[in-house]
Amino acid sequence: MTSREPAITPELIAEHGLKPDEYARIVKLMGREPSFTELGIFSAMWNEHCSYKSSKIHLRTLPTKAPWVIQGPGENAGVIDIGDGLAVVFKMESHNHPSYIEPYQGAATGVGGILRDVFTMGARPIACLNALSFGDPSHPKTRRVVAGVVAGIGGYGNSFGVPTVGGEVRFHRRYDGNCLVNAMAVGIAAKDKIFYSAASGVGMPIVYLGSKTGRDGIHGASMASAEFGADAEEKRPTVQVGDPFSEKLLLEACLEIMAEGCVIAIQDMGAAGLTCSAVEMGAKGDLGVTLDLDKVPCRETGMSAYEMMLSESQERMLMVLKPEKEKLAESIFRKWGLDFAVIGETTPSKRFLIRHGGTVMADLPIKELGDEAPVYERPFAESVKLPIINAASVKPPMSIADALEKLIGSPDLCAKRWVFEQYDHVILGNTVQRPGGDAAVVRVNEGPKALALTSDVTPRYCEADPFEGGKQAVAEAYRNLSAVGSRPLALTDNLNFGNPERREIMGQLVGCIRGIGEAARALDFPIVSGNVSLYNETNGRAILPTPTIGGVGLLDDFTKSMTLAFKAEGESILLVGAMQGWLGQSLYLREVCGREEGAPPPVDLAAERRNAEFIRTLIRDGLATAVHDISDGGILVALAEMAMASRIGAVLEAPHGAIAHAFWFGEDQARYVVTAKDHAAVEQRAKAASVPITRIGATGGRVIVLGEERPLLLEALVDRFEGWLPSYMAESR
Amino acid sequence: MKSAVLQFPGINRERDMARALRLISGREPTMVWHADTELPAGTDLVVIPGGFSYGDYLRCGAIAARAPIMEAVRSFVQKGGLVLAVCNGFQIACESGLLPGVLMRNAQLRFICRDVYLRVERSDTPFTHGYNAGQVIRVPVAHGEGNYIADGETIARLEGEGRVAFRYSSPDGMVDPNWNHNGALNAIAGIINERGNVLGMMPHPENHVEAAMGRTDGRGLFAGLMDHFERAA
Repeated sequence: MTSREPAITPELIAEHGLKPDEYARIVKLMGREPSFTELGIFSAMWNEHCSYKSSKIHLRTLPTKAPWVIQGPGENAGVIDIGDGLAVVFKMESHNHPSYIEPYQGAATGVGGILRDVFTMGARPIACLNALSFGDPSHPKTRRVVAGVVAGIGGYGNSFGVPTVGGEVRFHRRYDGNCLVNAMAVGIAAKDKIFYSAASGVGMPIVYLGSKTGRDGIHGASMASAEFGADAEEKRPTVQVGDPFSEKLLLEACLEIMAEGCVIAIQDMGAAGLTCSAVEMGAKGDLGVTLDLDKVPCRETGMSAYEMMLSESQERMLMVLKPEKEKLAESIFRKWGLDFAVIGETTPSKRFLIRHGGTVMADLPIKELGDEAPVYERPFAESVKLPIINAASVKPPMSIADALEKLIGSPDLCAKRWVFEQYDHVILGNTVQRPGGDAAVVRVNEGPKALALTSDVTPRYCEADPFEGGKQAVAEAYRNLSAVGSRPLALTDNLNFGNPERREIMGQLVGCIRGIGEAARALDFPIVSGNVSLYNETNGRAILPTPTIGGVGLLDDFTKSMTLAFKAEGESILLVGAMQGWLGQSLYLREVCGREEGAPPPVDLAAERRNAEFIRTLIRDGLATAVHDISDGGILVALAEMAMASRIGAVLEAPHGAIAHAFWFGEDQARYVVTAKDHAAVEQRAKAASVPITRIGATGGRVIVLGEERPLLLEALVDRFEGWLPSYMAESR
Repeated sequence: MKSAVLQFPGINRERDMARALRLISGREPTMVWHADTELPAGTDLVVIPGGFSYGDYLRCGAIAARAPIMEAVRSFVQKGGLVLAVCNGFQIACESGLLPGVLMRNAQLRFICRDVYLRVERSDTPFTHGYNAGQVIRVPVAHGEGNYIADGETIARLEGEGRVAFRYSSPDGMVDPNWNHNGALNAIAGIINERGNVLGMMPHPENHVEAAMGRTDGRGLFAGLMDHFERAA
């Protein structure tokens, strides 16, 4: 090993995010002290981001199998079968830490990374979604983070050429110091042409593809495995720089060499770049890997082995190539103007051997690097159950009409047009339902099949009760997919939490995973991919627990997808589901009463399943004219959204004896608003299916009429709904 | 109608355009690589599709305008061949001198994707004769740099010679700043060249061509072109 490298000191080890006991484990595994490059490689493989060391034992409890699951967690993305010889490849991944430090590039490269995960497996990306959590609107950084993140997502996805069709945007002071950017990509591949990352065959060439390696993003994965202190801004050099143009070329070139049968195994260079991709390919294939760094295409001169192994330069891939196809594969990459370099080979030794300038810079046991990373069973504290809030005890501070106006003009419920109009959501010509509905609907190739896509989580529920919150996130995704008429197939989870070394945070993580698992089992909605982002914390203050669920559903005929807009005047409005009026943790309680309190609504998974199946049959049999899931803000907010989307009003009446504000704004689960021409037929079906149903009004006019309340003009409601975000973003920065 | 769709690195609406051409003309277009120097023999229509050619890292369209295939496109135009240039294609056409003017950043400085309304200004061109003059169509836009501008003399000529093909308008056909999302001068959404054989436009008619997908207002443009070539034959 070279003597030019720094000596290993306890400070250096700490700077690499390795604990003393972890370092002792490395020395024991190797039988000697590591070199500087080797220390860097270990830190890259053993950080939280790459090793899942705090979450692994809990993630193992999640249901991941179903007859339609082709590939569950553990690959670049999950794969499910949708018939006709086609597979859907999808995953959601966070890019939280980089997006806070440098919003535009952080978010852009988050999109780039998740797209590569999907096309690495041989799929052409057909849609993206983004779940975004920002700090309080009044926080001085929030506006800049929103502007940068949204522009970054658009800048990358629009140029790459994939429609961004959905997602979420929320604001809460608990994200003041850590925004969340969770990007989901969905692709379509031929079922029998999925590409995996496990190498096979000894002496096979390992090829470097894509853009050149630079000094950007070094230690990005380690940075993302630690909380922020006062020095967050100083970490900008760890953020990568995105180049969507190169990514588009890489997509086309990769799909072309895959079609030509050149590829044995392929892996994108994401977190921890060359290190992680090479180790994964070798370790999964029970093979060693030797790399000659002199052959790595570099953007800068004089890069050290350490820098090359830890660079997170974007738009790069590593491939194990069929040797006889080298010329063909190279010519394809040259045509697209991309780098192509054989930089190593697979070996029988199970060693990870790195040469640079004729010197061995690292010689490590490859299996141990990946599989022997520490796994922690961290101690955790169960969250304390919060009291159930009695709706009758909550005094309404304003009229129902005023409360509705306030809610639909609030940051979390207002229209997100300012955001989604910066994303090209119509490119590829297959977007059946654009952003703004319960789920986006995207046609598969020329149809008739289509995918429904959604992302959901209610962090305030997760904080109040991690188990119920975890269940609710899955249930809401299930509902949103059902509300457009699709059959929910599988999900991807993106678990965002604070520092797991704190017992209460670990308790949130464990509770949410249990809830997600329980709901996924009950709803036959397996988890096929995911990502964990911990240490979302600044100066000891953690984010709200935010386990984002990305759901995928299947429609057999895209022309039958259901939308939430009212369709005609004089139709009956029906509430499907129970009507208890649950105000604990509701947005009514928070935005109108100024209280963030109480137990969140419990999730009855049997009711979720029964009601969703009922909704899907109504849609299938043409009995429903509009369907909308009821979630944040309750029934009245859902109704207002249906009215605003159609510019058709409604005359509404709360059932006799109901507590008005709890009825209209309670956030009970497993519920939908449905409109129908023939309410009797729908009611009869509901009775037969043991689904609670209540007629609450009829569509018509240009006004929402609520019993004795002041009538609400739709035009005025739309102004409030559409107004908040553009005017907030237009204020001086 | 035999069409050729140009493919520059970074172009990304070529598949949308190819599908629209296939659905309406019944014939698969030929994809032509930027490094080629000739168009396929017998080409009736050249399409420069949307996207981000060369990443748009220089001025939009500036590098593509200098690609080898553009020489062939220029001589095709000189011989009277028809060119449809959409979005990035419009920018490339302006940069390569096929059309006057330039597309600047949207007035709001943000990328905008939404459906817009276009008033068809005249129906006596091969590109627009599938519509009626004054008709309003609804098609999507998706661009960050669609704000058309040219010097006063050029604008006066364009207007005087009736070379504005499409204008952003309200749903009932009124030109109104509230319905001009990118701030284009005179609400110009599309123009033709002097000879009338090159159309550049920012909106995407190719994304609204299927009844099953809900909107068909873009069909008229392609159907009109089909009709033009059938009549000529």
